[in-house]
Amino acid sequence: MRGEGSRDPRSEPLRFEATTEWLRAEGEAADVVLSSRVRLARNLATSPFGLKATRADRLSTLDVCRSRLLQSGIAPRVVWLDVHERNATERNLLVERHLISKPFSRGRSVGGAPAGNDPRGLAFSIPDERLAVMVNEEDHLRIQVVHSGLALEAAWSQADAVDDLLEAGLPYAFSPRLGYLTACPTNLGTGLRMSVMLHLPALRLTGELEKVKRAASDMALAVRGYYGEGSEAAGDLFQLSNQTTLGKAERTILHELATEIIPRIIAYERHARNELLTKRRIAIEDQSHRALALLTNARLLATDEAMQHLSMVRLGVMLGVLPGLDQNRVNQLLLLVQPAHLQLAVGRELDQEQRRAARAQLTRARLLN
Amino acid sequence: MKCEHCDNEATVHETTIVKGASVERHLCEACASKTGLGVPQPATQGQITGFVLQAGAGLVIQGGARPVTACPRCLMTFAEFKQHGHLGCADCYVAFESQLLPLIERAHEGGEKHVGKIPRQTLDVRGAGLSTQERLDRMQVLQRELEAAVAAEQYELAAKLRDELRRLVEPAHRGGPAVGES
Repeated sequence: MRGEGSRDPRSEPLRFEATTEWLRAEGEAADVVLSSRVRLARNLATSPFGLKATRADRLSTLDVCRSRLLQSGIAPRVVWLDVHERNATERNLLVERHLISKPFSRGRSVGGAPAGNDPRGLAFSIPDERLAVMVNEEDHLRIQVVHSGLALEAAWSQADAVDDLLEAGLPYAFSPRLGYLTACPTNLGTGLRMSVMLHLPALRLTGELEKVKRAASDMALAVRGYYGEGSEAAGDLFQLSNQTTLGKAERTILHELATEIIPRIIAYERHARNELLTKRRIAIEDQSHRALALLTNARLLATDEAMQHLSMVRLGVMLGVLPGLDQNRVNQLLLLVQPAHLQLAVGRELDQEQRRAARAQLTRARLLN
Repeated sequence: MKCEHCDNEATVHETTIVKGASVERHLCEACASKTGLGVPQPATQGQITGFVLQAGAGLVIQGGARPVTACPRCLMTFAEFKQHGHLGCADCYVAFESQLLPLIERAHEGGEKHVGKIPRQTLDVRGAGLSTQERLDRMQVLQRELEAAVAAEQYELAAKLRDELRRLVEPAHRGGPAVGES
């Protein structure tokens, strides 16, 4: 992405790299864990939360936070976007890159219809896109740090440091008893959500996925789909995160997830993959090759269909039954088949039917060459 | 009962607790809406600074069959909170404390007290603002984290935790601006 810091980028179209941190899938346990994410919810004591904030309140929050975000050195290079000035395709691009949430892209939805011109902004680090801070989401500030692979410790350290820098110049709403005060009491306390994006195709194929979901729920963990809250698990990708934020210190939550729970799920998925390879090798070879054949021959492809077959191809690559394909190419496609990225690649707006045709063409070209 | 401002029947009754003393006002709907009472409206900066809150104090609006408590700063009612699941401002946590605490405890699987990070400003400026018990609780958590960090040879983290512990030990020596770079 070009365009930087205090420069007004409104007139420039958004341009991004072909991949992003959470899809690079490098680092520890990247065969199962695509990325690790830390999110902190913070509010200003001086301004009402979203539901009761007037347009003037929201503009003022935006102003105060933007200055702080651009002046406190939260990353070597930071871009600011007035999200309400961006068109729907550009906002979808940000959603697909997991830089903003879906509700945030639509505008304030609590207490009224979505308002596209609702004042809200995004600061994010370039070129790595590891850090993204939404202003005027459900809370005044949503700080997000994403690292490739299983790297919750590193993501937490970065988010913690950014939080310190912002806090030194912003009057946070904080209570010694209840911690960081948030618009929704479910985020109260640490305001911390730690999550990992897991690729669990083997657990689905062996019918063990429900067991994992039940176990996660028993441990007060939430299992969500590809785009977080309320979304479906496209392409066997799941987000696993802590659900409670009050009564446990950040490092306790980190320790439980990073050293106890997630390693067990990784081992479980790897075991299932191994079982498939040793006991049902021909079946798994067949399914991976069929998925690849479909992706390299189809003339119309819907997003979910593409994601599902890409998931099987990724599994085939990981198990070594699809020689000649590398993981990165498959990972990139998980992003490129999304509607806004597809239109960016083609260079124009497309209707749904045109998108299906363009998606099939792009997938074919990327997998065959 | 007559309205304090005119001869109409008073239908809006406000009770505010200011510095421990209860102050009552009785108004008709017309006079109440002129003063911003009765009809929930966004609070202006003037209204916000007009209230001095103590823990658990709310604004009581008695317009209908039963009294309604509203946050004196943003005028949110508890019914509105139940409808949307979101609070209106940081002061709502004080205004609805007694109703919220059981919900909070349930939502956080029994968690009822913050044991995590504390903003540096709170430590520096209000270090004395934390009660002794709160400071001791926090110090215990930090001490455990420090020991774990040393055991894991994470010396950078250990140094940070040690600094934070020092600030808690000596809050009386601390001072600084409430807002802005320190």
